[in-house]
Amino acid sequence: MALIAMTTGFILILIGLFGALSHRNILRMIVAFTVANTGVNLVLVSVGYMRGRTAPILNDAVPAAEAASRIIDPVPQALVLTAIVIGVGVTALMLAYAYRLYQSKLSLDISRHTELKW
Amino acid sequence: MIKRLTLILLLAGIGSIFAGLMLDYTADEALNRTARYYADHTAEDLGAANLVTAIIVTYRGLDTLGEVTVLFLTAAIVGLVLAKGKRKHRKRLKRTLPPPGELLLTGTRLLLPLILLFGAYVFTHGHLTPGGGFQGGAIIASAILMLLLSNPLKRFSHRLISVVESTSGVAFVVIGAFGIVLAGGFLDNRIMPIGTFGELFSAGAIPLIYTFVGLKVGAEFSSMLVSLSETEQL
Repeated sequence: MALIAMTTGFILILIGLFGALSHRNILRMIVAFTVANTGVNLVLVSVGYMRGRTAPILNDAVPAAEAASRIIDPVPQALVLTAIVIGVGVTALMLAYAYRLYQSKLSLDISRHTELKW
Repeated sequence: MIKRLTLILLLAGIGSIFAGLMLDYTADEALNRTARYYADHTAEDLGAANLVTAIIVTYRGLDTLGEVTVLFLTAAIVGLVLAKGKRKHRKRLKRTLPPPGELLLTGTRLLLPLILLFGAYVFTHGHLTPGGGFQGGAIIASAILMLLLSNPLKRFSHRLISVVESTSGVAFVVIGAFGIVLAGGFLDNRIMPIGTFGELFSAGAIPLIYTFVGLKVGAEFSSMLVSLSETEQL
């Protein structure tokens, strides 16, 4: 299970990188980056998974006394939770810059934006 | 052609690194020391049922403060970047937008209060259920998104959004500072009684802090959405 999730995550990262590097349209590159971002999150979560254990929430089914042997690692989950939120912020930022770039050249083609090219 | 080839070679290289990582990976059989500490001590020390919440709000609360700051910065930069072009293109909309349609309009009116209520539920129950300030804030922002979908020209008060945002940010830091005086350190949740494990009013200041985080995240996401929607033109 963890291996499937981890493989999927790595494949998503590769797909995202491929999309970001092969496309010329800025919006497509942003979409590709979000795909890669999802892949990174998936890999991080799968690292914390342990076979036969349950979510790190204590209740009647998982009493606090035996928590250490019943739950999966909560640290990657906390990390990914923040990573998802930051990912949304970064995507919004990329979209805002894409809009400004479009305004300056009336084109979303990255090869038209040559100011920083060398 | 040569570009495509370099790209494929590059991806094959990264892929082989990933494959090496995967082949060497063996899942842990037991929790590592940090996770074990959290598992053993959270219920007793902090009274939070959701360990992820306990880590985010209390154990690693400072990181969360930094993260909320990053979000604030992104929202501010999005506003700044998009506001610059606005004055030049201040023309009224030339084309008339198609009406939103009965389903979307009625659906928005019906669902909006429910979505807001659900968002509030998610961030107030962050210490008991899989939820919390960030998720609740995102749900609240989705209500704003729905309003914008049903009427793309709707304008929200930037002032209200920024007041909500800054007030909850200041409240978050002030509660954290109370922790230094009344309890063990910055953002310690034991400034309020821990209460009965598993009830809504328990886990000290965690529900309070998460409420403010939820309001702040909701306001930040809403301000991003509003800034992006105000670029609507042509």
